[in-house]
Amino acid sequence: MLNGVLYGMLLFLMASGLTVIFSMLGVLNFAHASFYMLGAFFGFQISRWFGFWPALVLAPLLAGLIGAAIERYGLRHVHKNGHVAELLFTFGLAFAIEEVVEIIWGKSPVDYRVPPLLNFPAFTIFSINYPAFKIFMLLVSVAIFLALLIALKMTRVGLIVQAALTHPQMVGHLGHNVDRIFMMVFGVGTALAAVAGVIAGPALQTQSNMAELLGPILFVVVVVGGLGSLPGAFVASLLIGLVQTFAVSMNGSLASIFGPLGPGNTQPFLADIWNVTIAQIAPIMPYLLMVVILLFRPTGLFGTRES
Amino acid sequence: MSDLSKGAAAPRSVSSNKLRCYGSWIATAIALLALPSIFSSAGSLTTFSLIGISIIFSLSYNILLGQTGMLSFGHAVYYGLGGFLAIHGMNLIAGSKLPVPLPLVPLIGGVAGLFFAATLGWVPTRRSGTAFAMISLGVAELVASSSLILRSFFGGEAGISANRTKLMRVFDWNFGPQIQIYYLVAFWTLIAGIAMYALTRTPLGRMCNAVRDNPERVQFVGYDPHVIRFLAFCFAGFFAGIAGALAAINFEIANAAYLGAAQSGVVLFATYIGGVRFFIGPIIGAILVTYLSLALSDLTAVWQLYFGLFFIAVVMFAPGGITGLLMKHRPLVRAGTLVSVLRAYLLALVPTLTIIAGLILAIEIVVRHTVNAGQDPYTKAFGVHFNAASPLIWLLAVALIIGGFVVARRTWQWVGKAWDEGLKAAREKGFHA
Repeated sequence: MLNGVLYGMLLFLMASGLTVIFSMLGVLNFAHASFYMLGAFFGFQISRWFGFWPALVLAPLLAGLIGAAIERYGLRHVHKNGHVAELLFTFGLAFAIEEVVEIIWGKSPVDYRVPPLLNFPAFTIFSINYPAFKIFMLLVSVAIFLALLIALKMTRVGLIVQAALTHPQMVGHLGHNVDRIFMMVFGVGTALAAVAGVIAGPALQTQSNMAELLGPILFVVVVVGGLGSLPGAFVASLLIGLVQTFAVSMNGSLASIFGPLGPGNTQPFLADIWNVTIAQIAPIMPYLLMVVILLFRPTGLFGTRES
Repeated sequence: MSDLSKGAAAPRSVSSNKLRCYGSWIATAIALLALPSIFSSAGSLTTFSLIGISIIFSLSYNILLGQTGMLSFGHAVYYGLGGFLAIHGMNLIAGSKLPVPLPLVPLIGGVAGLFFAATLGWVPTRRSGTAFAMISLGVAELVASSSLILRSFFGGEAGISANRTKLMRVFDWNFGPQIQIYYLVAFWTLIAGIAMYALTRTPLGRMCNAVRDNPERVQFVGYDPHVIRFLAFCFAGFFAGIAGALAAINFEIANAAYLGAAQSGVVLFATYIGGVRFFIGPIIGAILVTYLSLALSDLTAVWQLYFGLFFIAVVMFAPGGITGLLMKHRPLVRAGTLVSVLRAYLLALVPTLTIIAGLILAIEIVVRHTVNAGQDPYTKAFGVHFNAASPLIWLLAVALIIGGFVVARRTWQWVGKAWDEGLKAAREKGFHA
């Protein structure tokens, strides 16, 4: 349960940035998961030089700066060619970032460890130690979630961002420097992804394929929640986090549920479907969930926009 | 045919257009027949076969991206499933000695692609634009992950294999040697190419364009954009299945990599780099990308990075792809003002190439220091030897990039000026883009 919430919160850290970027710039940042990966690797490298705590601050800053620079010098030029070109630009970017990471840090996972300060079991349930670092991860993501909420609801910048979520042209007409807001939002969004990377890096594996593993799930979250909807992204992140965590820990299969009622010896590849356990299909659960939800609600859970 | 077009005055443009159309296909057929006698080595035959498969695949992808305006990140699903079904079909045919020759096997793949596109395509095609792209990605991941779970059908990581020579023979060909596979691929490339070109000419093809440009208006006219997107998706799946089956025949194996995200990415690269607005674009893109991926991998270890950067450059500076870029010059050629623009191009080419050389140098140095750390610093990239450890080479790389950038900015401004003047002259003479 805690694991599910934790995974969900991590997903939300990234999905929130992605959603805000999408709502404002109208572009779904395909490279978002790559910034998560960059965050993890920067975190690894900086924590090696200066320790974990500076890394927690510096790595997202660095990734955010890179994100802002990419928006300023890359994405803005592509903007005039339409959304497809923008999406493709970020797609190419994701590809290039993965290659660069592979060149610098190699293909095998790096040794990114939990800081010693947090390396103790927090409490024990059913004789399983629950690591304190995971509690820390949860706290950080909740804190950022709250900070984001407050920043969006209370401050002037948040007000503008919120206005731009629904009426991007109107905000521009009101005389705000939309370009600079875009750059800022892109930077903050990518920095949030990098925070997720820094804190998830030691718990999961820091490896050059981590963006590839997480990216599609992230997009599922955004689509299930409804494109451009922050509450939707929140609910969908938690939902998918829980579904996937529960699925991994369950061990049933269609055969064991239906028992002797099953069709017995059928064709071999049908038997596969019959005998697969829920734990085995855990990786495809988010996608199944997405298809089912889209069948009933084509715009996602909280989505209002058509495209 | 030429007599006819001369005789009739009024429909001349129509019939000469027809002549051009048929003529180009016939010329393509002759070129395909003649290629093996010009390049007869086994390696080039393999390359040609791969290019042919890639052409069908890219053209099928362009039914979605170019003609209907749907950006799909999961097109390889239908390619891969076509390949798997073709392998299973070949095993079945060989096992029970059915009278089906190998040249018909791609049809199995095509029907498989059609079937899966029809079943998996209904939900994603409800949406367009970004949502469609994301959903297609999700569906692709769904299938790709399932392929590792359903082991007996997909064969797990190793994949499943078949023997193409065990099928019924036609004209005493057993399709063992590569040359026979080449002709098989060439035959199907031609057939599929003509079929897909014909598809763009049908009312459905035109409606696809309409859905791409203005779905709302299509709705007002009384068509359902969802149905049209779905039909386009099915056709694209069909031809992707044919391409997948040909790939399966070529390699005699089908594995999970066929339907993975990487394969979808490659076809997207090929189609977009070639240019999505013209029918010939994906063909050029497929040839270029297949050739580059084979040639670059010999030259440097990090060819995929160059590939990604090249793609980003195309998206940024030539959104119409290579054919789009070439076609932009058509009014200039007709008006005869191309020369001044070309001169500006030549001038701009020098500093641009300088930047590229500097970038490549910098990348190769970094690669030498990280990937092959601790080895001999004397390295070789693109056939050039240099010492990656010396500070001089670093300075050279930086100087090339910065110097090239400063000069390139100026020269590209000249290009823009020459371009504007050329285009203005062309417009005055009545040639529009």
